[in-house]
Amino acid sequence: MVEWSDQERSIINSIFASLDYEDIGPKALSRCLIVYPWTQRYFGGFGNLYNAEAIKTNPMIAAHGIKVLHGLDRAVKNMDNIKATYAELSVMHSEKLHIDPDNFKLLADCLTIVIAAKMGTAFTADIQAAFQKFLSVVVNALGRQYH
Amino acid sequence: MSLNKTDKERVKAFWSKVAGKADAIGAESLARLIVVYPQTKTYFAHWKDVSPNSPNVKKHGKTVMGGVADAVTKIDDLKGGLLSLSELHAFTLRVDPANFKLLTHCILVVLAAQFPADFTPEVHVAMDKFLAAVARALAEKYR
Repeated sequence: MVEWSDQERSIINSIFASLDYEDIGPKALSRCLIVYPWTQRYFGGFGNLYNAEAIKTNPMIAAHGIKVLHGLDRAVKNMDNIKATYAELSVMHSEKLHIDPDNFKLLADCLTIVIAAKMGTAFTADIQAAFQKFLSVVVNALGRQYH
Repeated sequence: MSLNKTDKERVKAFWSKVAGKADAIGAESLARLIVVYPQTKTYFAHWKDVSPNSPNVKKHGKTVMGGVADAVTKIDDLKGGLLSLSELHAFTLRVDPANFKLLTHCILVVLAAQFPADFTPEVHVAMDKFLAAVARALAEKYR
């Protein structure tokens, strides 16, 4: 069981309460596809990913980024039981989407960097630690049901 | 995943924008490393004060970032240019190379937080590749 301090819970809830999903979602996903181009392998049907500019302005990628970011909402609401909460999603990512779980960490790192850019100096070391702890639990849970 | 001409140009251009704050970036990055990845404190057991705001952390962050600044000037031959630093890390410091990735991530977070407009995805990928290349050069003499 993952132990969360009151401060960590407060940090995570605060970040997500003020999150602009329509801004951050597209930025995080497009950054992942640009910084780690091999992740584009999962987006064959998403149209033009030919260069960074195309990725940044691709509406299908933007919509998908928002969808993925909202996927974190259930983890925020169920911080004490993320593993069970994501069991079905993990199965789906394995059996239907066939995503290499290493990719989850790449997207998590990009999301951290996009949030850092948005919050600036307000994104302190303690906040970074709590946010990364949250994302690593999510990443773990999503990879848990692979076999 | 070696650096191409565009990567090098992007790194040099971005570095010229941020070089003035290198000391602060270094201090901030090292402070984040020990807070976000507490296991890295094991390398600093010889310091009485390993808190993120301590003078030791600030001074060492400056040293490390000085190394990164130097690496920018040697971007065309990192292995050759960082040879003595590699020997230092391999034989004296013996920092597990996995930690280079952790520090790289912290440096990128600090750059994003302090230069949000300039740290575009294109600059991000160039800097990530560059720091990974620096890490490889540092690990060159390990075995």
